[in-house]
Amino acid sequence: MNWRPRLADGTAPVLIVLVVLLVTLAFVGPTFSEPAGYLALLKRAAPLVILAVGQYFVIVSGGFDLSVGSLVTAAVVIAARLSDGADANTGWVIALLLGFGLLVGLVNGLITTRLLVPSFIVTLGMLLVLDGAVFLWTDGAPRGALAPSFRVFGRGGFGQVPWSVLILLGVVVAAAWFMRSGTGRTLVALGDNENAVRLAGGAVHRLRVLAFVLSGLLAALAAILLAGFAGVSAQVGQGLEFRAITAVVLGGVVLGGGRGSVVAAAAGALSLEALFTLLNLIGVSGALESAVQGVILIAAVAAAAHGKQLRRTHEQEVVRPGRGGAARADGVHQ
Amino acid sequence: MAALLALTGCTSDLPNAEPAAADKTDKTSEFFNQAEYDRQLKFRTATPVGPDGKPWEQMLDPELADTAKYAKPGGKHHLCFSNAAVNNPWRQVGWKTMQQEVKLHPEITKFTVLDAEGKDDKQISDLQSLAGRGCSALIVSPNTTATLTPAVEAACATGVPVIVFDRGVQTKCPVTYIHPIGGFAFGADGAEFLKEKVPAGGKVLALRILPGVDVLEQRWAAADKIFAGSGVKVVGVEFTGGDAAKTKSIVSDYLQREGKIDGVWMDAGATAVAAVEAFQDAGVPVPPFVGEDQQDFLRTWAADKLTAVAPTYPTYQWRTPVIAALRILEGQQVPKEWVLPQPKITQVQDYVEQDMPPLHYAMCGCESMPGYPGPWR
Repeated sequence: MNWRPRLADGTAPVLIVLVVLLVTLAFVGPTFSEPAGYLALLKRAAPLVILAVGQYFVIVSGGFDLSVGSLVTAAVVIAARLSDGADANTGWVIALLLGFGLLVGLVNGLITTRLLVPSFIVTLGMLLVLDGAVFLWTDGAPRGALAPSFRVFGRGGFGQVPWSVLILLGVVVAAAWFMRSGTGRTLVALGDNENAVRLAGGAVHRLRVLAFVLSGLLAALAAILLAGFAGVSAQVGQGLEFRAITAVVLGGVVLGGGRGSVVAAAAGALSLEALFTLLNLIGVSGALESAVQGVILIAAVAAAAHGKQLRRTHEQEVVRPGRGGAARADGVHQ
Repeated sequence: MAALLALTGCTSDLPNAEPAAADKTDKTSEFFNQAEYDRQLKFRTATPVGPDGKPWEQMLDPELADTAKYAKPGGKHHLCFSNAAVNNPWRQVGWKTMQQEVKLHPEITKFTVLDAEGKDDKQISDLQSLAGRGCSALIVSPNTTATLTPAVEAACATGVPVIVFDRGVQTKCPVTYIHPIGGFAFGADGAEFLKEKVPAGGKVLALRILPGVDVLEQRWAAADKIFAGSGVKVVGVEFTGGDAAKTKSIVSDYLQREGKIDGVWMDAGATAVAAVEAFQDAGVPVPPFVGEDQQDFLRTWAADKLTAVAPTYPTYQWRTPVIAALRILEGQQVPKEWVLPQPKITQVQDYVEQDMPPLHYAMCGCESMPGYPGPWR
């Protein structure tokens, strides 16, 4: 048997970007010559990577989830109020938060599929609803405090390895495994051609709802890690939805769905975080972060569109449309 | 991609973008004003006029103005208030304090409040609407200075006494303008503390919320001025956006990059605890710290025995406009510009309140009000 690690379409370019960034970090930051530096980076990146994985499920099936940022804020504010600094509350508060994320995802999914409202609008509405609800409930100032045992997941570790890194690994492995299952493959197909999936007997509605539920659930998980990392704040989720979308796009996942791998999306998120760390280490102002993010978003989508066009030309030239040819064209033009 | 990144790099000389930190201390900020700076620094040591222990009734260097023409004997006042917003913890604490202050005065029979929700256009129409409601006196907390000036002038023209507080307006028409000393004094309080506590050549990290807000720019301009004339080295000036996770990441990055940070200056304390935690999680001692009077920072300061100072922009200033309005309606003199004392906290144990919310501001002057702490929880 000659087994080779199989990388899905479009995974290679972002992995190369990531490796280049990580190697550069080793030259620039003294602590990146040891594993501890990279573990700290992974710890910090974990919430964004988890959000990006959730966002991937929705984007690859042809939707958008703009509600994750305010979902994170809502979850953190709720956690502080309910945990109220008491360790005894940690267990049920975590369960409740995950349930809350699941519920928000379910509502997003059901409105998108049953009421036929585009997901962009549904989740934008959800963003505003959650923002408003948080403000109404807190009067603009979060109350309560997070128990030390609640914060352990984002702040503490198992020996040298932060808990958040272990949780992150678990999420990525589970997501990669899921995407290789029949359901995962159908999810990608759904983004490519919904009618084909329907005609082939796929449960289109149920799959879409599943994507939103996963996104909501992972956003709640990211909120638990973020709250653990930095404590209570009513700004914690601001702009995270765009950061997650940028990460997914940087991972070569095509907006509109049907193309891209979950590992690449996760690598995109990690690259984004590594890039920001690198910029900070070489002394570029933090104010440039959003500009850089904007450039990446546009450039990555442009590259993907360009690649798609070339792929079409290429397919016509070789007459025989094949996945191998398409993947190569993708790789060259990212 | 690299070329595109370089392209964005070229735009770093936008007015508000910070250049690389190292050459930052060489220039003076466009928000710096030597005369105002000197005036504010002098106010800090001036002896206030007014009752002891009630700083919200005290005034610094007052020039009293006659208000006899506004006198309205007999009480039954209808007080009106156009509020810029209640969209942050500072305004929340202040707003609750003002409501309790109103309750203290039975001669106020009606209190009408319109919240502009942080929008200039809404506040302009709020002010127009209040003009027709028969207010005895009108309190205004302007959302922005320049845009609200004409609307405040129009309100003055109706003959109702107008009281402005917190942010100002560019007109002399209000009967009184109430504010604490100001941003330069705030920034200087923290910077002077670090100048004293950080050894010569020590590395100071400055954390700011966001650029372009005049109050915050003044705080930094004063600190920048003081650091420039001291032995400490400002290794970075970063914007946190008020985000705790970002603050913690920035501080961790600086700890990696510089190896050691000897002092942290902040223009506001909302994310101070996250910054402190970055040192604790890295396993290094927390250096001298500048925070603010939020309870979460004060509690961390007390619990971990930090070397710290907390300049304040006191929320007790929300009591003063109500007091001023009543004095004006009684025909008593009030200062044209009512400058309130702006204390800094150096003895943390006097201000820690374990059971108040994390973002409650200690300098609310509300502890002795009836009903405390109920409404502030």
